[in-house]
Order: sequence, then structure tokens, then C-alpha cells
Amino acid sequence: MAESETKTRKKTLAERVLDRTGVDVRECYQCGKCTAGCPMARFMDLTPSQVMRLVQIGDEQAVETLLSSTALWSCVGCLTCTQRCPKDLDPAAVMDALREIAYEEGRVPPEQRKVLKFHQAFLETVRHAGRMSEVPLTALYKTLSRDLLSDVLLAPAMLLRGKLPLIPPVIAGRKEVGRIFEKCLRQDEGEEEPS
Amino acid sequence: MTTLGYYPGCSLHGTGRELDQSIRALAEVAGVDLVEIEDWNCCGATAAHSLNHDLAVALPYRTLALAEEQGLAEVVAPCAMCFSRLKGTTVRLARDPDLVEKMHRITGRPYAGTVRILNANEYVNRLLDEGLAERLTHRLDGLKVAPYYGCLLSRGEDIVPDDHEQPTAMERALVAAGCDIVPWNFATECCGGGFSMSKTEAVVDLSDAILSDAEDAGADAIVTSCPMCHSNLDMRQRTINAAGRGPHDLPILYLSEVLGLAAGMEPERLGLDRHFVDAMRVTERVKEAKGTEAEAPKA
Repeated sequence: MAESETKTRKKTLAERVLDRTGVDVRECYQCGKCTAGCPMARFMDLTPSQVMRLVQIGDEQAVETLLSSTALWSCVGCLTCTQRCPKDLDPAAVMDALREIAYEEGRVPPEQRKVLKFHQAFLETVRHAGRMSEVPLTALYKTLSRDLLSDVLLAPAMLLRGKLPLIPPVIAGRKEVGRIFEKCLRQDEGEEEPS
Repeated sequence: MTTLGYYPGCSLHGTGRELDQSIRALAEVAGVDLVEIEDWNCCGATAAHSLNHDLAVALPYRTLALAEEQGLAEVVAPCAMCFSRLKGTTVRLARDPDLVEKMHRITGRPYAGTVRILNANEYVNRLLDEGLAERLTHRLDGLKVAPYYGCLLSRGEDIVPDDHEQPTAMERALVAAGCDIVPWNFATECCGGGFSMSKTEAVVDLSDAILSDAEDAGADAIVTSCPMCHSNLDMRQRTINAAGRGPHDLPILYLSEVLGLAAGMEPERLGLDRHFVDAMRVTERVKEAKGTEAEAPKA
């Protein structure tokens, strides 16, 4: 293949997944073991093996179906698929990469907002303090997701058991952690440029 | 005196407080010195690897670099999620020198790769070898337990040093504590993990199945080492019952609490009074079982 062609051609989804995870989805032979063991499969619109297959197909329609799927946001990261894949393909890492791409491209399905907001609230808490703490995390999550009422009854019971520290921890290196966040987020922006 | 580094992780200061309490208490009994990594940061958990793969490595990397700088060769990470992230990072760094260089650039800290991460099950077994076994004077004979590993203490090639489908690390410790192990089917099934707040319906479904199977197997308690599993099975048990499942009433113990009890420690010192589902009753259950045993020969 001519070098100029590689430079101008847009990367396929399979190549973008390979860049981020080192997993070559073309090796998947669709045995379905990942789907069979997946505890979240019944909550997904696409099963893990279907996700692998669509990355292989990789045409416009497949990419659209994948990046707007709820499956990416329903993966709990239990690693059952990765543990059992006879081709050592790490479907859980593929799920992570696709979720990351969908997030970067702003294609999170509206009904999955709660999961995204939880992740964002979690990271925001860590970016500012260096550590997660239940009170700021929950407050931020509830503000972002507008899910204000669920679980409020758990708070007094948690307080009573000493499980809800009211003074959030802040580490000495919080600014250093903030800089790590900045650099990681910036690196991702640069990744998609043709090299 | 053996010195082990300690990475409590964020949960152990809040939701998983009794895990922290019992891990520290056990170290004292075994005569092991736990040294907390100074200024450790959050491992990034599910949130980081869901949204940014560099951050998912950079956050554990900073903590590993700090541990190395502070001369801690072995670090206990009792939270299963922290363990999986930290150990997973050491494995990836060992395989990929480019990644080490990239992380050095991102964090500004060098890391030579000398730190070994231990999970809570490995830690308890290590303490047993370091002399804890001889101090188990209050064996929990007759207590029937279902050892529950969940995902992150069973899976992960090169991460969990155990059989990934049929792990046995917890059994070894529980037998040493005098417990009866019930055979059951859900030892490595997922509880719903970090979806506790954002997909509660999934947690209700998955955790309900785990509780039901342990009850069917005749367990007096489920034993776990993971604070997320613990909070889904213990704190969420009322949510599960409120959803029309069960109703369940099954104590969920940490492995470190069980070993602490077997070493004769007060339940409160181990944090058993902080559970949502009454866990203090297991000590009664042991007394009862011992009572029947003592009477048995006469009958």
C-alpha cells in the first residue's frame, strides 16, 4: 500500500480499536462464549459477540449501530468475557475503547446518561481532591443526572454506621493529580490526527 | 517484623470502613506492620477506564511510583477494584516499556516497576503463614459460609494468582478459621459492581440471584473481600427486598472479619456493628453450634 494512501485514508473502527487496546477484532471467530458468560447481556441491546462482529464489519451502518448502542454503557467490566475468550481477544477492553470513542464523539444515548454522569461525577471528584468521597460524589452525580430523590433514605443509615465521612479527603498532591488529568485529556485529542 | 505497604483506597474510608478496620486489626494480631502509602490517590476505578484509557493507567501509576519512592516493595490493596487497577497496571507496565515512558511523561514521576500488589485474600493467607494461623484460638466451628469472590478477585490473567473459574484462596483461610464451606454456584458471579447508583435495577437482579443461591445452599453468611460486592449484597439487601425479591436476611461478612473473630477479637473492633444486615448474630450462631456439639455425645 502506498504510504500516501495510509496517510489520507480514514482509519477503520477496527484499526482505532487496535490502536487503543492492541486487540485485533478480525481474529474473533464468533464462538459466542463472551455473550454466554456475560452477566449484563440481558440488559444490552447488542450482545458482546454482536459488538465484536459489528466492529469487524465496520461499515457506516455498523459504526452507527455500535456507537449509539446501550451495550457499551451496560458493560460492568467484570472481565468474564476476557477471561474466557479462546482467542485471548479481551472483549472488555474493546467495550472500553468503543465507549471512549462514543463519548469523545458525543454519541451517548440519552437513556444511558445516568451511567455517563456517574463516571463524570466520579472523575471530577478525583480531579479536584485526588480521592473519591461519597458525599461530594453523590451530590455531584445527583446534580448532573437530576436524579435527586433515589437513595436519599440510605444517607441517615450510612451516617449512623460511620460510612459517610462528611469532611471529604483532599491529598497534598491534588494539583499534581489535576495536571495528570489535563495531560491525559489532551493526549486523547491528539490521537485522532493522521500521523 | 514484616512490613507491608498499605493502599486503603477511597471506599475503605467510607462505605467499606469495616474492611479497613478488620484488615488493620488482623495485621496487629499477626504482628505485621502496615505502612500506608503517603499521599496516595484514587485508582480511577471503573470511571477512568470507561472514559479515558490513559487516565486509567496514569492514576494507579502515580500511586505505584509513590510506593516505590517510599521503599514499599509489597503493597496490600484490600479493595478488589483498586487491586485490579493497581495490579493490572503493574502487569501492563512490565509488558510495555513505551507505556512506562508515556506515564513517566504524563505524571513526571519515574517508576522502575518494583512494587508487588496483594489483594485481600492473598493478604489474609500471607498473615496465616506469618503466624496468624497459630493465633486462631476462637475457631468458628459450625458456621456455614459461602465464599464469594465476585469478578475482580477471580478474573484477570496474571492479575489474580488463583484459578480463575474455581479459585480457592478464600476456602483455605475459611477452613483455617474453622468454618464449614457450603458448595454453591455463584462464587465468581457478578453482583453488578459499580452500577449500584446508575443501574440499580441490574444490581437488584444480579445480587438477588447470589443471595438466593447462598440461602439455598444453607449458608449462615456470605463471605467476601470486595467492598463493592459487600455494599451491593449488604447495604442493597433492603433495596432488593423492597423490589419484591427474597425477602433476604443474610449477613455478609468480610474474610478479614471472619479471621478476626477466629482470633478472638471483639466484633465491634472488626466493624461487624456497621453492617446493614445484622452481622453480630454470627457470633451467636457459633456459640449455638458449639453448644449442640458439646451436647451431642450425651444424646
